[in-house]
Amino acid sequence: MLNFIDTVGEAVADIKDGSTVMIGGFGNAGQPFELIDALLDSGATDLTVVNNNAGQGDQGLALLIKEGRVRKMICSFPRQSDSWHFDTKFKAGEIELELVPQGNLAERIRAAGAGIGAFFTPTGYGTMLAEGKETRLLDGKWQVFETPIHADVALIKALKADRKGNLVYRKTARNFGPIMAAAAKHTIAQVSEIVPIGALDPENVVTPGIYVNSIVKVA
Amino acid sequence: MSIQTNVQTSATPLGRDELAALVARDIAPGSFVNLGIGQPTLVSNYLSEEQNITLHTENGMLGMGPEAHGDEIDGDLINAGKIPVTELPGASYFHHADSFAIMRGGHLDICVLGAFQVSATGDLANWHTGAPDAIPAVGGAMDLATGAKDVFVMMTLLTRDGASKLVEQCSYPLTGVGCVTRVYTDKAVFLTGPDGVSVRETFGCTLEELQALVPVPLKAVAAVGV
Repeated sequence: MLNFIDTVGEAVADIKDGSTVMIGGFGNAGQPFELIDALLDSGATDLTVVNNNAGQGDQGLALLIKEGRVRKMICSFPRQSDSWHFDTKFKAGEIELELVPQGNLAERIRAAGAGIGAFFTPTGYGTMLAEGKETRLLDGKWQVFETPIHADVALIKALKADRKGNLVYRKTARNFGPIMAAAAKHTIAQVSEIVPIGALDPENVVTPGIYVNSIVKVA
Repeated sequence: MSIQTNVQTSATPLGRDELAALVARDIAPGSFVNLGIGQPTLVSNYLSEEQNITLHTENGMLGMGPEAHGDEIDGDLINAGKIPVTELPGASYFHHADSFAIMRGGHLDICVLGAFQVSATGDLANWHTGAPDAIPAVGGAMDLATGAKDVFVMMTLLTRDGASKLVEQCSYPLTGVGCVTRVYTDKAVFLTGPDGVSVRETFGCTLEELQALVPVPLKAVAAVGV
């Protein structure tokens, strides 16, 4: 069921404490700042957040972490020059970190959306990030057992939606949007523009509307 | 060409830009290449138009152009180091799982990475110092190391304290096992693999002088014209 929602506050109102929330974006590109701000205002807490990073500066995901709403981060690259809110929480032992190689992060999200129970990959073999994981020699390469990452909700940013929920993105802001939309039980997309049915060339649709539940236009 | 004991091709060690230019010359025409953050990024300054190299950035683009300046800067168009970049004609965008499938599926010809250490058999350590208070961050390093057909490392041969970064076994946490094929340093180009380390050329030192700096057995290979 697809809903067009008037405000970001209403769009995130049903996100419950303890949820696993995927948040699109790589750095600031594609990060749905308005939805994240609304999630902060909603008061939802004890969240597990899946994102490539762990927030930059004093905005978006960084503020969610600063305010203590995030119990656990699943990400590939938390440490940046301006990731001070994550750094503080991590050093104080107030946030859990599951560090995942970036390609494993993407593939585990994709696998969740595609109904794949698990997969083997050479990435990470022989490293501390594969410690304790099952390994197998497949096609002449040692490979590591990895499981999908599912989520209750995905918050993503796209350029345009049509009235069927089909999405197109802009340049490298696409990043995690399409795979998170498929992996979450409930996907909320903020878009810059909502266009009529037929206004998007079907050949160019990136995320089919079947993966999208709520759309909110953000100026 | 016969095996030489002296493969010195430069009277002095190479600077960062000279090394970047050497790596750029060694990339075969038509290659699909990923340049890591830091020193490897310099390589793009020396790729010629005739080489027709396509650059991949793991956040979801092929056909990446040079860094953006002024009016070109667009927050939706960045590279893996989160620096604003430009797009070249023929560029393409794709989502993150597709972008990493390009690496993980073995489609990239070459990736060029920085390193803390490389072992004699091509193990790579470049993501974590292992310090107990360090916040670990891996990004795409393990995927790049494992997926590209050839992994080139660019680094200074010695640490600030004079220790060789080419080592028998890495003491830092590994990024990948047996993945590095070539190591470009200010003092020499090394070829690494299951049979140990060969020296393709040296800069500002003889093979014997190089051997005195490096704790792994070195053998010379015939210098390759570049």
